[in-house]
Amino acid sequence: MTELGSDTLPSVGQWQQILSAPPVWRVKVQAASWTSAALALRDQGGRLLGLWGEAGHENAFFYIHALGLGSTGYLWITLTVQSSEGQFPSLADIFPAASRMERALYDLTGIRATGNTDTRPWLRHQCWPAGIFPLREGQLDGRSFGVDGDADYPFQLIDSVDVHQIPVGPVHAGTIEPGHFRFSCIGEQILRLEERLGYTHKGVERLFQDRDVFAGARLAGRISGDTTAGYAWAYSMAVESIARCEIPPRAAALRAVCLERERMANHLGDLAALGNDAGFVFCQSQFLFIKENLLRENREIFGHRYLMDCIIPGGVAFDLNSAQIATMQRNSESWQRTVQRLDLLLQEHSGLRDRLVGTGKIAPARAAALGMAGLAGRASGQAWDLRVQFPHAPYQNLDVSMQLSPEGDVAARWQLRFREFYESVRLQTQLLLDLPGGDVSATIPESIPDGEALGIVEAWRGEVFVALSVENARIKRCHPHDPSWVLWPVLEEAVLNDIVADFPLINKSFNLSYSGHDL
Amino acid sequence: MYRILKEIWRLGIPGKKIISAKGQGPFRRSAAIRHVDAGSCNACELEIQALSGPHYGLEQVGLNLTASPRHADLLMVTGPVSRHMATALQDTFSAMPNPKKVVAIGDCACTGGIFAGSYAVVGAVEKVLPVAGQCPGCPPTPEAIRQTLVQVARQTRS
Ligand code: SF4
Repeated sequence: MTELGSDTLPSVGQWQQILSAPPVWRVKVQAASWTSAALALRDQGGRLLGLWGEAGHENAFFYIHALGLGSTGYLWITLTVQSSEGQFPSLADIFPAASRMERALYDLTGIRATGNTDTRPWLRHQCWPAGIFPLREGQLDGRSFGVDGDADYPFQLIDSVDVHQIPVGPVHAGTIEPGHFRFSCIGEQILRLEERLGYTHKGVERLFQDRDVFAGARLAGRISGDTTAGYAWAYSMAVESIARCEIPPRAAALRAVCLERERMANHLGDLAALGNDAGFVFCQSQFLFIKENLLRENREIFGHRYLMDCIIPGGVAFDLNSAQIATMQRNSESWQRTVQRLDLLLQEHSGLRDRLVGTGKIAPARAAALGMAGLAGRASGQAWDLRVQFPHAPYQNLDVSMQLSPEGDVAARWQLRFREFYESVRLQTQLLLDLPGGDVSATIPESIPDGEALGIVEAWRGEVFVALSVENARIKRCHPHDPSWVLWPVLEEAVLNDIVADFPLINKSFNLSYSGHDL
Repeated sequence: MYRILKEIWRLGIPGKKIISAKGQGPFRRSAAIRHVDAGSCNACELEIQALSGPHYGLEQVGLNLTASPRHADLLMVTGPVSRHMATALQDTFSAMPNPKKVVAIGDCACTGGIFAGSYAVVGAVEKVLPVAGQCPGCPPTPEAIRQTLVQVARQTRS
């Protein structure tokens, strides 16, 4: 471990580097330094990725964790709160995205963020009594919850006779995940949108506890089914860091192949759905056709259409032979040609442009204030891409080209998906050409040492991270974090001044995760 | 316009040609399907979306996905019935006209899957609704889903 280095780390305590690529720095702070660390991070142009809590032994104390990104890398800041205090200073004024994470933190661990005026429950719905905190020790023993639906949630409404409300969800018209949207409108125009999520809350963080790290990998791959490679890799990275295990170069390259294929598949699916939502069914059949061929190839070669359980702690659970590589190269080339043809054709389609351009816009300055990142962030000019800024194996040799657009509208998010698709095809081609020989996995000992670590990768939506702590070869705490946490509140703003009929299109252009967020 | 037509022509009709058998049972040759995600991880949804792609010809076998439970004959449920979705799921079922049937899609909906035993889920769909057909898999393939749907739609008794 490296001790303290750069002067760009906020001077709030003794920093330790716990991961070198991507660089993750860790510090434990006192309540007084908690806010100043966040302020220092914001002032250097950094952003907040996640905030989560952890109950200590016998609920006597609690850890409040925050993960931020600054110029030196990822900063993991931990604050200890005694149960007698039961609170910590809110970061919501510094990073707006912190507000919902603090509400979720309270629902799960019962520690309140002081200064956050929004104390409504977030992940907790009606069937789960107030005062029960599932992540505290012994709170669930012999207790079972009911199935009462969410009612009386105090939405922030606009009180005027001219304004009407449209409640949408949790069951939606299409085949998508459940969530509730409350629109306040004048005529067609949206004055306010408020989201209510948590419908897919499955108690994932609790389910992780007491599993061994191998069983945990299976669960990690099912946090959000569209990001299974992303989560499995982030999780495995954390396990390997605790086990001090170096994965073979071939395994790293094959993981990147999975991650890029996941990106390709999701971008194709989104292009299909976006075209469809714009009333152009042609897109739906064209892009779903290519996506389906990719999924079938996944099944043929990797053994699973969505690549679940392909990435495991220590490496990967499959290998490629030269015939398979040749097939993959040939097919990806042909998909690329088709997508390029469609891209050109659709760029000239005035009916489609009419729906996409200028809709659901978030300008770069606002995007920075909201801490946007990932695909949606890059479409609003936020130049964050872990594969470019802090490349880890195998990305250091690949020279990933970051795709950016300053426009911030649906058209920008649409176009970026094309460009990232091409880049992923290029990366896959390169990875397969230079595929190192050797093993595809290293051994993780059953008796993995105790420890804490963090794994992070740039998945297709943005950075996915997993914070893991292991004790007596069992998972003590595992917190998976989806970029959707930061992006959901942005959607509320993106729809303002657009009309209700454009909401599906705007929502799809973000395509955020419910399951990865509700946990 | 010409280029769009050319792409459609180029795509042709993928997938196998489907010859639909003569329908029996309450839904005869066609059934409208409403889907509810009761806490799935989203991969089961991806497979249902794939089912509406050009490879599968869902409508050729007489099935179509509908936006409203009021038009639905079959209720297709994914996920381990998270407690927070259980009421919405039951409400959707009661909003459907008779005759109606429920199909559980994916390991989670069949048994609770990997999320079984969590404080936040009820488990198998059959714990809250009568289930007429199950399609296991994590996630099940679109072919398997289509087959289960056709089979349940053609069952003579509910
Ligand atoms: S069965 Fe598998 S794919 Fe389907 S929701 Fe459950 S975990 Fe996800």
